[in-house]
Amino acid sequence: MYTEKVKQHFMNPHNMGEMADADGVGIVGNPVCGDVMKIFIRVRDGVITDITFQTFGCAAAIATSSMITDLAKGKTLDEALKISRNDVADALDGLPRIKMHCSNLAADGLQAAIEDFRRRERGESTGEGTQTTPCDSCAAHLAGECDTQHPGDVHGDGHGGGPGHGA
Amino acid sequence: MDIAYFDNAATTRVDPRVVEAMQPFLTERYGNASEPHAKGLDARDALEEARASIASFIGAQPEELIFTGCGTESDNLAIKGTVHRLREKGRHIITSQIEHPAVYETARHLEAEGCEVTYLPVDKEGFVDVAKVDEAIRPTTVLVSVMHANNEIGTIEPVAEIGALCRERGVLFHTDAVQTLGKVPIDVESMNIDLLAGSGHKVYGPKGVGLLYARKGARPSPLLHGGGHEGGTRSGTENVAGIVGFAKAIEVMRDGFDEEVARYRRLRDALIDGVTGTIPHTYLNGPRGERRLPHNAHFGVRYVEGESMLLRLDAEGFEVSTGSACSSGSLEPSRTLLAIGLKHEEAHGSVRISLGRWSTVEQVERFLDTFPRVVEQLRAMSPLWSEAKARGEV
Repeated sequence: MYTEKVKQHFMNPHNMGEMADADGVGIVGNPVCGDVMKIFIRVRDGVITDITFQTFGCAAAIATSSMITDLAKGKTLDEALKISRNDVADALDGLPRIKMHCSNLAADGLQAAIEDFRRRERGESTGEGTQTTPCDSCAAHLAGECDTQHPGDVHGDGHGGGPGHGA
Repeated sequence: MDIAYFDNAATTRVDPRVVEAMQPFLTERYGNASEPHAKGLDARDALEEARASIASFIGAQPEELIFTGCGTESDNLAIKGTVHRLREKGRHIITSQIEHPAVYETARHLEAEGCEVTYLPVDKEGFVDVAKVDEAIRPTTVLVSVMHANNEIGTIEPVAEIGALCRERGVLFHTDAVQTLGKVPIDVESMNIDLLAGSGHKVYGPKGVGLLYARKGARPSPLLHGGGHEGGTRSGTENVAGIVGFAKAIEVMRDGFDEEVARYRRLRDALIDGVTGTIPHTYLNGPRGERRLPHNAHFGVRYVEGESMLLRLDAEGFEVSTGSACSSGSLEPSRTLLAIGLKHEEAHGSVRISLGRWSTVEQVERFLDTFPRVVEQLRAMSPLWSEAKARGEV
């Protein structure tokens, strides 16, 4: 069901752990849906010099988190923002269809971390990280629990209508 | 690496004695049991011998057993066939919220077709309340279907009490005994069971064979029409090799019953005490002791997701199961776990271990050595774990 690359990143994830004094923190997902990702970035002169993650979730969630840290490290913020969900899945030689929908949140997590960094620069962030809930489609399945649990949702359309949704 | 197969509630390895018993029916004794020539009669004899043997094991008469293709078919036949047969009486059935999909989805289908269905709730250990069955029965109720034991959390339901109640109220009682046949004693007479479904591959028999016990007078209308096999209730050439294997599997189980069940219980309780005793923030789902399936242990592990536990255990040589949505192909966690009151996030972090004939003390010890490490590794990755730590919860 999973590719060798997914298995490798799941069994031996890269850049795992909390980052003290991160410059930006992005949080995506919801424990109710079974996936929560936290992405920590350190930024110097507009470049992501360090990135780590923490993830509660299935093998796909952990592997995509690990992969996004590899993909984003050393990139400028603008380059990093262009990394899509599909890029992450492709770098892992693909994900099972159902996981494209529910567990491929790492790109959203990185975007939230970058957004958090920029909000901090503008003095708008509390320093607790930026939380998005890319769960509008889960909400349909879970009778709205996702929405009610995350009033701080800043990306109403975050889920991006991934493939397989609504099938 | 010695692989510890701990998923015997999903399916079992066919016992070598069963393979041996089946072999001649695949090679030499391959007759069609409906034909009157020597090969056909030989197959017929073997079929009827198997039927009588399994019937005696559950206290039934041979003519009350119908062989089918699987447990799911038996449940479908019992429920749809009864609803169809008794359509003049009414269109209401009663079942529980924690039934196997073979029953639950059949009930949902009938509901969509215009039947009324009551889905009884369960308590936090997964037990159906007999008084609630009593309250739910209406004049139009044609069938009560409550599983003998839950396939996930191992709760053994009070089917004898439900059977007695249904008998008193004049309603037919069906039970899905796929998890209990061969592991929990069954006597359809004393337990007042009218319809009972079982399956071969859960008891070290082959896949592709199931049975339905239907009490005399409670035979459902057929789903499959054709040559009139199985007394007209289930047409289709009999799977003689599979049925002979099923019967042999039951005989093997019967001959070593007390010893095997006692061994399951010892291993199960070692697992339960070991896991809940050594890993913080883990708990047992379902009851302890006699009212739990002897071979089942089901754990909730906080702050970790089930599929990651399953795959990390797989890499360490343990094959287990989970109620997490992430392994089920749907987005919803187990209906049973939600019905016993777990939150979604708790249901995602569950692991089921189901022991089998070839499970050993060494495997259980090795598991108790490995599992805490797997949980620790995954918790080290989990933001929920560090948040709980920051809040001082753990």
